[in-house]
Amino acid sequence: MEFKDYYKIMGVARDATQDEIKRSYRKLARKYHPDISKEADAEARFKELGEAYEVLKDAEKRAAYDQLGTNWKGGQEFRPPPDWNTGFEFSGGGFSGGDAADYSDFFASLFGRDFRAGGAGRAQPHAKGEDHHAKVLIDLEDTYQSATHTITLRVPGVDAQGHVITRERVLNVTIPKGIREGQHIRLSGQGSAGMGEGQAGDLYLQVEFRAHPLYRVDGRDLYLDLPVAPWEAALGATVKVPTLGGIVELKIPEGSGSGRKLRLKGRGIPGDPPGDCYVILAIALPPADTEAARDVYRKMAQELNFNPRAKMGV
Amino acid sequence: MNTENGVPQFAICILEEQTQLTLADLCGACAVHAERIVELVDAGVLEPLGREPSRWRFGGASLHRARMALRLQRDLDIDLAGAALALELLDEIESLRARLRAMGGEY
Repeated sequence: MEFKDYYKIMGVARDATQDEIKRSYRKLARKYHPDISKEADAEARFKELGEAYEVLKDAEKRAAYDQLGTNWKGGQEFRPPPDWNTGFEFSGGGFSGGDAADYSDFFASLFGRDFRAGGAGRAQPHAKGEDHHAKVLIDLEDTYQSATHTITLRVPGVDAQGHVITRERVLNVTIPKGIREGQHIRLSGQGSAGMGEGQAGDLYLQVEFRAHPLYRVDGRDLYLDLPVAPWEAALGATVKVPTLGGIVELKIPEGSGSGRKLRLKGRGIPGDPPGDCYVILAIALPPADTEAARDVYRKMAQELNFNPRAKMGV
Repeated sequence: MNTENGVPQFAICILEEQTQLTLADLCGACAVHAERIVELVDAGVLEPLGREPSRWRFGGASLHRARMALRLQRDLDIDLAGAALALELLDEIESLRARLRAMGGEY
């Protein structure tokens, strides 16, 4: 297993006072809290931080950890010394959070695991099973047509020997049409089994979209940058536009400039009412890479009395 | 429940749109006593329909919101007012991010 450098994780020196440790923990907890941070590894960082604090805030555990010595580096292969745990008595386990199951093997090898701290502690005869929460990444297209996704969940559990293991659980989930980013889908009864005659918990999946090569998403509305030729923008034209539901024709009014926003009503994410698709024009210049093309540009320069910087007074 | 290729398949619903929750539902889903949910309503974090608690109906989005408020209080050792403020600021950040995304920005 890997050695964990709790001081480094906590961002404090080895001789930090308990107050310094507490301050650093609070600051980092705010930074990496998964509800606040958008960083992809925030959840892992937050758990690691909680584990480090669990050890460092407790004088007994900290002293025991310090006894391992200063030669260890984070990530280094680690085995507890043979005489480990002699002379230390950890009063009552003392795991504060309900998240002890998330602590690393490194932590468990030093301080053991105590699942009494978890939800099982309040075992009522017919308690409802725990709800499970997970995220699912889908393509924007999946909201247009209900799509069935095979989702693999990693469910932590404990084996007969008391070791923490991860079981894989595979579900086929039909993503409801019209779902938006950040919304949750509920699968009733797919959480943990209940105690006795208690109902099973539910499974909640939070939906996130993969980045789309064409569209940007805001609620149910979509935004699409559409390249148009200078003459299409200047003279007006009817052009083809890709939407989630297929190709549609869009009339570009004459005299349109770059950045003009045109709305394809109801062509966004389906719903009641459906979202719109906003098309933002981007004038694309034909390359002047042939003599004929250069001639056209020269002719425009001669024939059109056009100063694009007139408004700047130059 | 249907099965396809031997894998269980489920009919499911969008929590935010197709679900209404009672006070008891919300307590169960958040694993807290009713007092904690009443506190969240009093602080304006949750806005149920209906006058008295026994008739309250919460929109599906309340579940995520309530859980966040409870987690923030527990994990960051802040009080309810602090958590309520954090939620409002997070909402505002999210709407600014959405606008930035729509304009083609990074977020």
